[in-house]
Amino acid sequence: MSNKKDNKNSYLQMFRQMVRIRAFEEQANQLYLSAKMPGLTHMYVGQEAVAVGICEALTPNDKITSTHRGHGHCVAKGADFKQMFCELLGKKEGYCRGKGGSMHIADQANGNLGANAIVGGSAGIATGAALTAKRLGKKEVSVCFFGDGALGQGLLYETMNMAALWKLPIIYACENNLYGEYTKVEEMAAGDLKARAKGFGIESFEVDGQDVLAVNNLTQELVERARKGDGPFFMLLNTYRYHGHHVGDINREYYRSKEEEQLWRDERDPIKNLSMLLIDKKISTSEELKSIELEIEKDAEEAVDYALNAAWPEASEVNMHVFAAN
Amino acid sequence: MREITFGAAVNEAISEEMRLDNSIIVLGEDVAEAGTPFKVLSGLVEEFGTDRVVDTPISEPGFTGIAVGAAITGLRPIVDIMFGDFLFLIMDQLCNQAAKTHYMSGGKLSVPMVLRTNMGATRRSAAQHSQSLHSLVAHIPGLKVAMPSSAYEAKGLMKTAIRDNNPVVIFEDKLMYNDKAEVPEEEYLINFGEANILHPGTDITLIATSSMVQQAEIAANTLADQNISAEVIDPRTISPLDENTLINSVKKTSHAIVIDEGHQNFGVTAEIAARISEKAFYYLDAPVQRLGAMDVPVPFSPVLEDLTVPTAQQIHDRAVMVLKGEI
Ligand SMILES: Cc1ncc(C[n+]2csc(CCOP(=O)(O)OP(=O)(O)O)c2C)c(N)n1
Ligand SMILES: [Mg+2]
Repeated sequence: MSNKKDNKNSYLQMFRQMVRIRAFEEQANQLYLSAKMPGLTHMYVGQEAVAVGICEALTPNDKITSTHRGHGHCVAKGADFKQMFCELLGKKEGYCRGKGGSMHIADQANGNLGANAIVGGSAGIATGAALTAKRLGKKEVSVCFFGDGALGQGLLYETMNMAALWKLPIIYACENNLYGEYTKVEEMAAGDLKARAKGFGIESFEVDGQDVLAVNNLTQELVERARKGDGPFFMLLNTYRYHGHHVGDINREYYRSKEEEQLWRDERDPIKNLSMLLIDKKISTSEELKSIELEIEKDAEEAVDYALNAAWPEASEVNMHVFAAN
Repeated sequence: MREITFGAAVNEAISEEMRLDNSIIVLGEDVAEAGTPFKVLSGLVEEFGTDRVVDTPISEPGFTGIAVGAAITGLRPIVDIMFGDFLFLIMDQLCNQAAKTHYMSGGKLSVPMVLRTNMGATRRSAAQHSQSLHSLVAHIPGLKVAMPSSAYEAKGLMKTAIRDNNPVVIFEDKLMYNDKAEVPEEEYLINFGEANILHPGTDITLIATSSMVQQAEIAANTLADQNISAEVIDPRTISPLDENTLINSVKKTSHAIVIDEGHQNFGVTAEIAARISEKAFYYLDAPVQRLGAMDVPVPFSPVLEDLTVPTAQQIHDRAVMVLKGEI
C-alpha cells in the first residue's frame, strides 16, 4: 500500500470515515434487532474501503449515485449521523424528511443524488449528472456505485455506451462482493466482468476493494483524468459484505459458508489492515486509533438516541412533494 | 378442513401443475435454492431440478422476454417478478410483446405464461417496493389479471392461470403470505371472471380486491353491529371482470363502495365505479364511493405510510355516511 495523499491527516481521515461507516451500521443493525427500525436494511460492513477510497478522491460538488446498500456511500460522501438515523427511522429531521428511508437516502448538499431500490436503477441518473457537468462546463465528475448484480441490467450497458460516445466524466464503480442476494456472481454474470466496459472502449481497472489506499490512488488518478475529459472509466472493486443480504438474512449457510465469512473478516478487513499499516509505519499508534474509534462510537450512539426521540413528520407531509413548485 | 398459508397454497398450486405438465418451468431471481425472498417457492428446485426451476440474473426484461419466446414455442413458463414495482422494467416485454402476440398473429401464436408478482404497502419498504400496479396491467388488452384474496383463492386462481393459454399476471399481497385459510386437499380450480360473494347483504355493496377483501369483511361485521347489512364481493380477476355479479348486487343494495390498494386515480376503483354508473345508475341512492391508495408515492415513514392505504374503519365510516345520505 502506498498513497499519493501521503500525509498523516488524509490517512487518518480515511480511517475515520471507514470507522464511521462501521459504527453507523452496527447501530443500524441493533435498531433492526431491537425492532426499533421500520422495515429492513442492507449492511455495508466489509465494503467500507470502496466507498471511502472513492469518496475521499471527490469534492462535495462531485456527484455520486448509490444503491440499496447505500449507508456507506452516504457517510463517505460527508453525511451527518443524526440526519441519517432520523431518515432510517422515518423521522421528520431525516435527510428526506422520513419519506425515503434507508433505500432512498440522499444528501444533496454533499453531492449524493441518492440511494436506489432498483438494482442498476441509478446508472442513468449518474450518467445524466455527468452530461450536465460536461454541458455546463463544470469540472465535476460523477461516480455511479453499483453491485455485481447490476451487471445483469440492460440500462447499465445503454448508458455506458452513451457515456463512451459522448466522453462523459463518469466513473462506473462496480462493487463485486461475490453475491447478488443469495446467488453467486458466477451464476449471474457470464464471461469477463471488466470486458463489458472495454467493449465500449471504456478503460477498465480492477482493484482490491479491501485496500482503501489502493482504491483511493486509482480513483484520484481517474478523477483527475475525467476532469480533463478523458472519461468515462470503469472500476471493478473486489470486496465482501460481512452481513447477510439484508439484516433479516441470518441463516445463510445454504449459499455461503461461515468459514468463508470468517476468512474475509480475519484476513481482508479494510479497517484492521489500514490500522496495522498505520501503526507499522509509525503514522499513528494503536492508542490514537482506539480513541478515534471510541469517539465515533459515542457519536453514533448519541445520534441514535437523538433520532429515537426526534419528531415524526406531520400527517400533512403525506401529500406534500408529489410535485415540485413552479 | 386443513388450513395452510397463502404462500404454501401458491407453492402447492405450482408443484401440482408441474407434476402434471412437464412443459412448465419457473424463471426468476433467487427462485431455486433460496425459494424466493418470501420463501414461497421453497422445495420446488429439490423436486423439479434446476432445469425447471431456473435462477436468473437480475435481468427482468431479459428473462421475461425469454419466457415470452419460450411460451410461443411450446413451454409454459411461470415468471417470478420479485416485487410488483419491477413491472416497470418489463413493460415492453409484457405489454408490447406478450399481450399482443396472439392478436397480431391473427390467432396463430399464443403466449401461455404466468407472471407472478406482488403488491401491497405498509411493509415499510418505501416508494419502490410497495406499489400495487395491477390496474396498469389490466389496462392492456390481452393480459388477464388475477388478485387472490386468501390462500384458498391463491391456489385455485394459480392453477387456472397456469392452464390458461394467455399471459396471466397474478398479484399476491406480500403481507398475506403467512395468512392461513382452509384449502381442500382435493384438486379445485377457480374460474376467471367469476366474482365471489363472501358475505351476502342487502343495504350496501362493498367491492374489494386482494387484501382489501379482509378489510371489507371486518367493516361488514362492524356494520352488522349497527344493523347495516353489507354485501362483500371479491371480483377475483379484474381482467376479465365479472360485471354482472357486481351490477346485480348494486341493483339490490342501491349503494356501493369500491376498495382497492392501487392508486385511486385511473385505477380499479375508477373503472368499477364507472361501470356501475353506466349500468346501474337508476338503481343508485347515492354516488358510488371509491377508496383507493392515496395518490402519492408510498412514503417510508410509518406514520405517513399508514395514511395511504384504505382501512376497515374508513370503509365502515364511509358506508355509514353513504347510508345516512351524507354524501
Ligand atoms: C430491478 C431489481 N431487481 C431485483 C431487485 C431485488 N434485489 C435487491 S438487491 C438485489 C441483489 C443486488 O445484488 P448486487 O447488485 O450485487 O448488490 P449487493 O446486494 O451485493 O450489494 C436484488 C436482486 C431490485 N431491487 N431491483
Ligand atoms: Mg453483490
